[in-house]
Amino acid sequence: MADKKDPIQTPLTDEQRRKVLMGMAAMPAMMMPGMALAQAAQFPTAKVNTSKLAVTDTEVVVGQLHSATGTMAISETGSIQAEQLAIDQINAMGGVLGRKIRVIKEDGASDWPTFAEKSKKLLVQDKVACVFGCWTSASRKAVLPIFEKENGMLYYPTFYEGLEQSKNVIYTGQEATQQILYGLDWAAKEKKAKTFFLVGSDYIWPRTSMKIARKHIESVAKLGKVAGEEYYPLGHTNFNSLINKIKLAKPDCIFAAVVGGSNVAFYKQLKAAGITADKQFLLTISVTEDEVLGIGGENIAGFYSSMKYFQSLDNANNKAFVEAFKKAYGPKSVIGDVTQAGYLGPWIWKATVEKAGSFDVDKIAAASGGIELKTAPEGYVKVHENHHLWSKARIGQAQLDGQFKVVAESPELIEPNPFPKGYQ
Amino acid sequence: MSLTDIMNITLMQGFAGLSLFSVLLLMGLGLAIIFGQMGVINMAHGEFMTIGAYTIYMFSSLTETFLPGFASMYFPFAIVAAFCIAFVFGWFIEWALIRHLYKRPLDTLLATWGLSLAMQQTFRSTFGAREVSPTLPDWLLGSWAPAEGLDIPINGLFVLALTALVTGGVLLALYRSRWGLRVRATVANRPMANATGINTSRTDRLTFAIGCGIAGVAGAAFTTIGSTGPTSGSLYIVDAFLVVTFGGAGSLLGTVASAFGIAQTQSIAEFFMTGSMAKVLTLMMIVTILMLRPQGLFASKIRR
Repeated sequence: MADKKDPIQTPLTDEQRRKVLMGMAAMPAMMMPGMALAQAAQFPTAKVNTSKLAVTDTEVVVGQLHSATGTMAISETGSIQAEQLAIDQINAMGGVLGRKIRVIKEDGASDWPTFAEKSKKLLVQDKVACVFGCWTSASRKAVLPIFEKENGMLYYPTFYEGLEQSKNVIYTGQEATQQILYGLDWAAKEKKAKTFFLVGSDYIWPRTSMKIARKHIESVAKLGKVAGEEYYPLGHTNFNSLINKIKLAKPDCIFAAVVGGSNVAFYKQLKAAGITADKQFLLTISVTEDEVLGIGGENIAGFYSSMKYFQSLDNANNKAFVEAFKKAYGPKSVIGDVTQAGYLGPWIWKATVEKAGSFDVDKIAAASGGIELKTAPEGYVKVHENHHLWSKARIGQAQLDGQFKVVAESPELIEPNPFPKGYQ
Repeated sequence: MSLTDIMNITLMQGFAGLSLFSVLLLMGLGLAIIFGQMGVINMAHGEFMTIGAYTIYMFSSLTETFLPGFASMYFPFAIVAAFCIAFVFGWFIEWALIRHLYKRPLDTLLATWGLSLAMQQTFRSTFGAREVSPTLPDWLLGSWAPAEGLDIPINGLFVLALTALVTGGVLLALYRSRWGLRVRATVANRPMANATGINTSRTDRLTFAIGCGIAGVAGAAFTTIGSTGPTSGSLYIVDAFLVVTFGGAGSLLGTVASAFGIAQTQSIAEFFMTGSMAKVLTLMMIVTILMLRPQGLFASKIRR
């Protein structure tokens, strides 16, 4: 487990370093104002903006709406940073259709009505071309009616429960089936799991996810049986009774979707109760590198997580991304699944604008299906007609240093299916 | 399932209840002094716990950087430091804020709530929004397994011992020391205590600071079982008030009894039903008992 060096800590080879340097050397050339102006002239503002968005000959205004304060700041900080990084990089390359991106940042303050209010401000008053934002399903549900009424465009980065599709939202994270089904199949095949114990926090995302998991285990794929299903209130910090229940049920696999502060308590107490990776197989859909910071690598080492992205992914796109991210936010910063999905937002938007030749939301919405991104850190991704992403599913094993070792990867991109048949 | 299995689960379940009891008691103890004895509704109590938790985190990172050989030893010192830092800060807050509001209890509620928000944002700006995890010494991790299939969490044992120590200390101080005498006199009748030469404002400050210091110790203990983040305190504050109110404000014995009752109900209910339902059941029980006995389990016999 530990003998293989973490790819991120491996120093760059000379060839790689040269490539990075060449890329950097090329940047000033791309930033040449003459070039950007030429491109802007090619796309006159009157043509690319017919719906009175905040687009001028030199600038396009976008919004960013996350919680910088409050409970959710823990999770949303990564998305804020990644989106900003992507925007900075796009600007350094000359912007979108020759226009520099200017960001208006609003703070949703972990409060759903505030999200709704701020989204209205961004769309009606600032007339932003698009918004990168929201994290929890609750905040997305709060702003959705406003985006649909005011015809805005939202790029939403979090993996979520599915059962939603909108002209006005691009979902850059996974919907439930993309995250859960591959993980369960892998557990049954590779870990010979026949009995599953489902544990989650008590709100919409874990409950919907577990419903899908149960259907998959019991009726669709017939992997075995569910030995228990438990939900605990958000913020619950005492799991000793649950752990005893798990010990009584002796499941082959604990399948967990515990979030927030509870997450930390859950893994610390599992370890304290003697449930460690050498005795028990555990697969989670709610722990990324971000959460491990709080949990502590020693408390979760050896357990598995089902995500589409891990910081340790070994490909050139990801190496460049991790390097740029650490350069911008410090060598100790970590990148979780949602952070990467946040990074995709601005790039997908840029590609869509360039394909549509316009900033108009209607044209963006229509042009989104089929957009490809070859430079995504997670590898190649494609936008589906249903505004979700085709992406791979991956299983990572938590390491002591807080990173994940990728142990399995779906061979093909998995089609997003927000309304799965047979799972309702 | 064999008989030993059932025996083991029963034992572990019994310890789960005991461990929840010690957590609740440790949380409630500082508040029992501040809210119970002084009558100050301190909404920032959870944040004083967070101060303790972050003290552990700071000690852990400092030890890792400067004294790696000391890693297995730092924890007890860090707990003492957690007490001291929370104590000093509590002292300062009493002087700056609380003492002006003794006659206006509802304004205290608002002021301390504002304080709690300010403290949360300070933590966030200082330590970052993400949760952090102190590296705990090895002897605190894992479980003690006296028999096959029986695992007793070591951190649970540690919190239990710490709670016993702190509770014993508080009881002793309150009923056997000059400070305790002054506190009880001030609580019983402030003007009269003043008249007998007790400096009540100094007593108040010391009492408040000690309550905060104990909150710091509680926070330090929770780093072994829970999370450390800017808003961790808000996870605990409701439970802390619940324990103190249910036990009967003003009675330390009541706090102990109520923590025990709530913990056992919650933990046994959790075993037989779902987590959310167990919470519902526990709260229903508390509400019912408080309707029948508004003064809480143990009311202090003081003429007010």
